[in-house]
Amino acid sequence: MKTRILAIDDSRTIRSLLTMALEKAGFDVTTAVDGVDGVQKFRDSDADLVITDVNMPNKDGFGVIDDIRGGEKNRAVPVLVLTTESGAALKERARAAGATGWIVKPFDDDALVSVIRRLTGA
Amino acid sequence: MATDPSILDTFFEECEDLIVALTEGLTEMRDGAEDDETVNAVFRAVHSIKGAAGAFALDELVGFAHKFETVLDELRSNRLTTDENLLRVLQRAGDVLADLVEAARDNIPANRDQVDPVLNELQAFLGDEDDQPEEEFVFEAMTLDFDNAEEQSGYRVSFRPSHEFYACGHDPELLIKALNELGSATTSVDDTALPDDFGDFDWESGYLTWTIEIEDLATDLGILEIFQFVDDLCDLKISPRDTPLTPGAAPAIELEDLPDIVQTTPIEVAPKDEHPPADTPPVEAPSTGPKADAKPAKRNAISLRVDPERVDRLINAVGELIINQSVISQRLEKAAIPNSSDLFADLDDYKLLAREIQEGVMAIRAQPVKPLFQRMLRIAREAADGTGKDVAIVTHGENTEVDKTVVERLADPLTHMIRNAIDHGIEAPEQRKAAGKPAQGVLTLTASQRSGSIVIEIADDGAGLNRTRIRAIAVEKGLIPADATLSEQEIDQLLFAPGFSTATEITNLSGRGVGMDVVKTAITTLGGRVAISSVPGKGTTFSITLPLTLAVMDGMIINVGGQTMVVPISSILESIRPNTSDISRIGLHGELLRIRGEYVPIVDLADRLGHPPDKRTMTDRVLLLIQTETVPQCALAVDDIFDQRQVVVKSMQGNYGAISGISGATILGDGKIALIIDPDAIALNAAPRNFEEEALHVAAS
Repeated sequence: MKTRILAIDDSRTIRSLLTMALEKAGFDVTTAVDGVDGVQKFRDSDADLVITDVNMPNKDGFGVIDDIRGGEKNRAVPVLVLTTESGAALKERARAAGATGWIVKPFDDDALVSVIRRLTGA
Repeated sequence: MATDPSILDTFFEECEDLIVALTEGLTEMRDGAEDDETVNAVFRAVHSIKGAAGAFALDELVGFAHKFETVLDELRSNRLTTDENLLRVLQRAGDVLADLVEAARDNIPANRDQVDPVLNELQAFLGDEDDQPEEEFVFEAMTLDFDNAEEQSGYRVSFRPSHEFYACGHDPELLIKALNELGSATTSVDDTALPDDFGDFDWESGYLTWTIEIEDLATDLGILEIFQFVDDLCDLKISPRDTPLTPGAAPAIELEDLPDIVQTTPIEVAPKDEHPPADTPPVEAPSTGPKADAKPAKRNAISLRVDPERVDRLINAVGELIINQSVISQRLEKAAIPNSSDLFADLDDYKLLAREIQEGVMAIRAQPVKPLFQRMLRIAREAADGTGKDVAIVTHGENTEVDKTVVERLADPLTHMIRNAIDHGIEAPEQRKAAGKPAQGVLTLTASQRSGSIVIEIADDGAGLNRTRIRAIAVEKGLIPADATLSEQEIDQLLFAPGFSTATEITNLSGRGVGMDVVKTAITTLGGRVAISSVPGKGTTFSITLPLTLAVMDGMIINVGGQTMVVPISSILESIRPNTSDISRIGLHGELLRIRGEYVPIVDLADRLGHPPDKRTMTDRVLLLIQTETVPQCALAVDDIFDQRQVVVKSMQGNYGAISGISGATILGDGKIALIIDPDAIALNAAPRNFEEEALHVAAS
């Protein structure tokens, strides 16, 4: 079965870019438009990995991770934070929020795919 | 990142929405909104533009957005306070950002003269800090200290995951698997930390220390990459393989020799789906989600994005459907079917449905003029800044919907007209005060829908058109004879004459070698008209009237010189079969229609179209009273009128170029092609001054 990825970003452009890169790599991609939508879709589906933007309306990426980690279902799912923030501060925040890893925008398709493969064992 | 052109399109479309959100937010802030959500919304818009622009290496855009975003971040973290100056700079930054997006879209270099001053102003709010460039996507391993200067023949990696390691979604099995891929590896585990009593076991705690020895590995870079996200989530030691184990380290146990208890714990090498433990059945999370914590989204419209080509295909199909409907109507008539036949009722239903489908399809293409207006607001602000004039810009009817193509093609003419209005229309503050007007001028942009048309008005409260000067320039440029007698409206129309420009010296703003004639052509191409009304000292209003849709219109089917043609219903006031007493002659050929005590010039359409002179008198013909924007009224003489019906407009521009007097063609029910008359152009060419010339003719002979 294909590795299922839930990509949460409020930017259409980023969603398109993620979908294109990940589908090309053979993943099954679901997208969500903001944190609330993302958490809902996470609960409604079985994602093997979640990629989430940080700055989003309604609920930010850290809120998404809180909800995932604090929930019952699949709470140990790897969650990648996708952000434009710079290293040190980001790492601290992502870590505190319970992110599995982080990708800095603009992302490199191959680096993203290799990180995902490593985190999912795909 | 890939730069698929379609995604680039998506990006620019998204930018348009984001700029709208940004502009709205900034306007709310200017109007006193200080709540976090407003600032956040503005921040997010800028942030999203920056994030996505990075994917396409739009560096100027990213750089500016970064600075802009940083100031907004300071503001939302209350490290900056809102004041007039900050709001002004933010407003300008919003304008510049929008310009940069446009420059990126048009693939032209940004205007640094405009960008840099704003960039500096933004920087002024930040002081010297935060001038760090964005960090690249690099693997960091700052917490690791070891010597990787010399090449090694292998490495020993030993790690003991912490509690957080599991909580953050990591899985030791995957790390071990990845390490095994680096080279021939031996894995061992130390389980001495496991609690003696199974009851004390914490499922998410790390009790095990793995040691992986990798042979023939020259550098540790691969290892660092694998531990990229977990270097501080586990006790990690990476050392050359030949380093002796640290004294006191627990004896390594081969993985195969693990005690049974470890093999059954889900934190071990079991499939990761079993975190949390299998004996805790997955329970649907309580609905703390959207209902409980979601603030109602401000713009939560669910929308569907459709490839415009699909919509165009649909529009074409609807066009064919409407033609098909006229074919059926015509066949029924020829078949001499009694009027009482149910077929006619069915046909009426068919027409109704066809119209409904047509309206539905058109609605898909309709877009509010709001983004266009907001772009114009920016242009107006820039124009006001550039001329040193104080101008308040007011918009009305932003939600009026217009065909997408119309919205897109209106941007250029509107830009030009707005620049003109501010450059030439609105006076400098001193002049305004001297004229007893408030120093601040007002430019009003209005969109409204009026009986099948969209009307866009650009009104300024400036000095009004200087008709004496316009006339003088037109004479000077040879556009009109020096002794021509022109009505005020005709003088105003001279602005649209090719080669006319009122600016004595070309200013930065409006004088870019593009005249109002280009504006008029652009609007005419869209099937629209533009009218001017101006009152000296009070201001000038340009009204653009556009058809609601470009594809289908209501037309009057007429006959002229044996040819079937179509006149847009929207321009016909009434049709008249005149009596002899209604017609007055003037000059050799000129005739006037007297209607309700007024005289209206009669335009012989056959003559205009170059048909041989018709011997029949006007009383044998039908006059269509036409309302145009250029001449108050005129009566278009045609041979006969047949029917009023919807026609599908097919452009001839592509094949024949612009033909004055003809706006397009359509296919009739019998399969014949009929030209669609442009009454405006026909009437303009028949302006009353022709009668003067005729009168001169008569006098001379």
